[in-house]
Amino acid sequence: MKKSFSEVLKDNTMIIVLVVVYLFFMWQTKGSMFLPMNFNALITQNAYVYILACGMLMCMLTGGNIDLSCGSFVCLLGAIGAYFMVVRGLSVGLSIALMLLIGIFYGCVLGYLVAYINIPPWIATLAGYLAFRGLGTAVLTANSKTGSISVKTMDSFLKVFSGKLFSTKLNVLNKPCMMVGLAAAVIIVLSNVISRAMKLKKGYVADSAKAVLIKSVLQAAVILLVSYKLAMAGGIPTVLIWVVAAILIYSFITEKSTIGRHFYVVGGNREAAFLSGVNTRWIMFEAYLNMAILTVVTTWVVLARFQAANSTAGTNYEMDAISACVVGGVSAYGGAGKITGMVVGATLIGVINLGMSLMNIDANYQKVVKGIVLLGAVAFDIISKKRGR
Amino acid sequence: MAKILLEMKNITKEFPGVKALDNVNLQVEEGEIHALVGENGAGKSTLMNVLSGIYPHGTYTGDIVYDGKVCNFHTIKDSEAKGIVIIHQELALVPEMSIGENMYLGNERGFKARIDWDTTYSEADRYLKMVGLTESSKVLVKEIGTGKQQLVEIAKALAKKARLLILDEPTSSLNEEDSRALLDLMLGFKKQGMTMIIITHKLNEVSYVADKITVVRDGSTIETIDNANHDIDEDRIIRGMVGREITNRFPKREGVKVGDINMEVEHWTVHHPLYPERVVVNDASLYVRKGEVVGIYGLMGAGRTELAMSIFGQSYGLLTQGTLKIDGKDVRLKKSPMDAIRHKIAYVTEDRKGNGLILSQSIKVNTSLANLNALSTASVIDKDKEYQVSEEYRGKLKIKTPSVEQLVGNLSGGNQQKVLLAKWMFAEPDILILDEPTRGIDVGAKYEIYCIINDLAAAGKSVIVISSELPEVLGMSDRIYIMNASRIVGEMKASEATQENIMAQILRSGRGD
Repeated sequence: MKKSFSEVLKDNTMIIVLVVVYLFFMWQTKGSMFLPMNFNALITQNAYVYILACGMLMCMLTGGNIDLSCGSFVCLLGAIGAYFMVVRGLSVGLSIALMLLIGIFYGCVLGYLVAYINIPPWIATLAGYLAFRGLGTAVLTANSKTGSISVKTMDSFLKVFSGKLFSTKLNVLNKPCMMVGLAAAVIIVLSNVISRAMKLKKGYVADSAKAVLIKSVLQAAVILLVSYKLAMAGGIPTVLIWVVAAILIYSFITEKSTIGRHFYVVGGNREAAFLSGVNTRWIMFEAYLNMAILTVVTTWVVLARFQAANSTAGTNYEMDAISACVVGGVSAYGGAGKITGMVVGATLIGVINLGMSLMNIDANYQKVVKGIVLLGAVAFDIISKKRGR
Repeated sequence: MAKILLEMKNITKEFPGVKALDNVNLQVEEGEIHALVGENGAGKSTLMNVLSGIYPHGTYTGDIVYDGKVCNFHTIKDSEAKGIVIIHQELALVPEMSIGENMYLGNERGFKARIDWDTTYSEADRYLKMVGLTESSKVLVKEIGTGKQQLVEIAKALAKKARLLILDEPTSSLNEEDSRALLDLMLGFKKQGMTMIIITHKLNEVSYVADKITVVRDGSTIETIDNANHDIDEDRIIRGMVGREITNRFPKREGVKVGDINMEVEHWTVHHPLYPERVVVNDASLYVRKGEVVGIYGLMGAGRTELAMSIFGQSYGLLTQGTLKIDGKDVRLKKSPMDAIRHKIAYVTEDRKGNGLILSQSIKVNTSLANLNALSTASVIDKDKEYQVSEEYRGKLKIKTPSVEQLVGNLSGGNQQKVLLAKWMFAEPDILILDEPTRGIDVGAKYEIYCIINDLAAAGKSVIVISSELPEVLGMSDRIYIMNASRIVGEMKASEATQENIMAQILRSGRGD
């Protein structure tokens, strides 16, 4: 089956939009978008979106369900974590473990309420949305005069979640970072080639050699470009490793595992999935437990980046995660959506955020633009799909 | 000869890549009942959508002449203004609203924004009486049964001052009794001068009610058969529909080797999940042997589906009592289909779109769903194997599609039913319960499904076929259970069963209550 040029365009619309938007900001910011420093910023500023959106995607797959509480939960968990580390003086490892335990506990409670008591997810999580920020702020004000607890002195914590691997000075080529990028590019190209060869060997439909070549060259080029820029910006940010790990794990789950398949079928037709022997309640439970665990990871990353816990941490994170999914083509009705799509969506939003900040656009208007982009992306997606029929 | 009310001339309608209608001609006389028959996908519904303006003028070529004038309908409102009203196959009623509200939905009584509820309900009541309903129009639609809902649809059409009424498979979800009542109602309207077009798969209904029959095949009108005496032979219609002679509507069951009893259900009683005081299945006992096809005949609402689903891991009902034996051993299934599948039971639902298939997913995903574990190690799916398996079933069941990556939602009813069967065959059950396996699919696909059922039985599986079509039960089963009003009221060998004595059993049991 050979795909026509227009089909290829349609399949990759969002990537093309991303490139166009990027070039637009390059032009508007006179190239400062392309500086190594800003590549680094793009990743560190948006890390939380990628991680949270992995969880949000799983929730949305089960039938357009969302978690509104994750942003506020980041605030509460951050406050508790900082309290453990700074006020109580617990070790970093123990504090992290306790945060994870609290997250798992909340995930179990939430999952139970949604899956077994049948409370609609948006209501069950709306409660957390309201309560957690209040609780978090209360913890902070009770334990500090300023209403914010600094974790600046927690070196090992910061190193793991917001440091750099093989750190070097700015504008000096960081060799290990380049090596990692090179290795990643080679692995991607090889896996493309091998997967095509396997398909052909088994007599399945495979992309043409030309398509695989173009795809491989583009992917390798992007990876090499990013790693070069990061190398010039002082090395690989550790948070990138957390992000890449989350993306790889959830790509694997959604594409290759039975659990991932069950998420899709539950979202596609819950009754049919149930009668086919899928434990639909357990899937709903898992979705929210999983979301809570990823919220914990997000909290670590965010707490380390801001080096302090404060009452505004995590504001609107739930909306950012939902936007990334929706822009990335995840169905608002459930049953459809891919991690790769979400990654493109999150990157697009990140690029727009960064570009507008660099252009010094008023923060209020930035919100307006983001709203329009969200609506435009979804409308475009729906209209182009209709045309196809 | 009566006046021609409607003439559709040389209608051609194309969708991207498909010619759905090719030079179709249809003539309907005033005051007649005209039946449109044809296999699924032949173009009957498309033709009616052209007529009613759902596909607006300009998206097709050809002329619609109605009441002597050429009509260019752009919306449904245009055609309804002329008295052409279509009742679609899927009921379009809002369950949470009252009958009256539904009848005047989009056609509200009153002045401008103000709805006149008194007029609405009194007019609604009048039309309800005309279709023989005694319910008040203030009753919520969800509180009346499917049969009555269909009558509400008709009352709704009457309220629109219908002159030409189009009924798209009006009896597909009705039991025999309700169907007959509906057909008689149509005959009553005919006497009052109304013109009707009926689309249906049930050929006995065609013969009973239609004055003329137009056969549609592959987007063209093949012939119009006269049926003024209501005595047409069903095989005559089928010949036109499939373009060939079908000598046997049911494949022969050859070399039947019936083995030991595989599953036995005794004193099975099930209560309604919402109203536990209601008994839905009452003290039912039945068994099925290896290699046997057992038919369960009963009208809709007799408790057949409820019986089947309650056996299948109690996926229906409350307070289920009774014993279930598989291979002579007592089995207590947990309240989950998963446990039933583990015990090698499969339930193939009657409602393939509602709770059978995942329409937004591919044939492949649907085929593997009930037995995904067989295709995976440590919960990682072997996608190659999955592809091969679904390809294998696509070939075996003759699912007509270029690829197993095709979304199930894009398939025809017959092919969807085959995917559903493929899913459960791949789950490798020993006992298959097929609930209305041929509902809403065309003659050709039916025959293929019957062949599949026979193959399953020949492979030593125990097959239970639930159906409300008597010829199907008689043609397919080795043994027949008859269900009525939540009880099993009779059992007979297929060789002894006839339409008459089955109906007699049902009538006799009805009187006993």
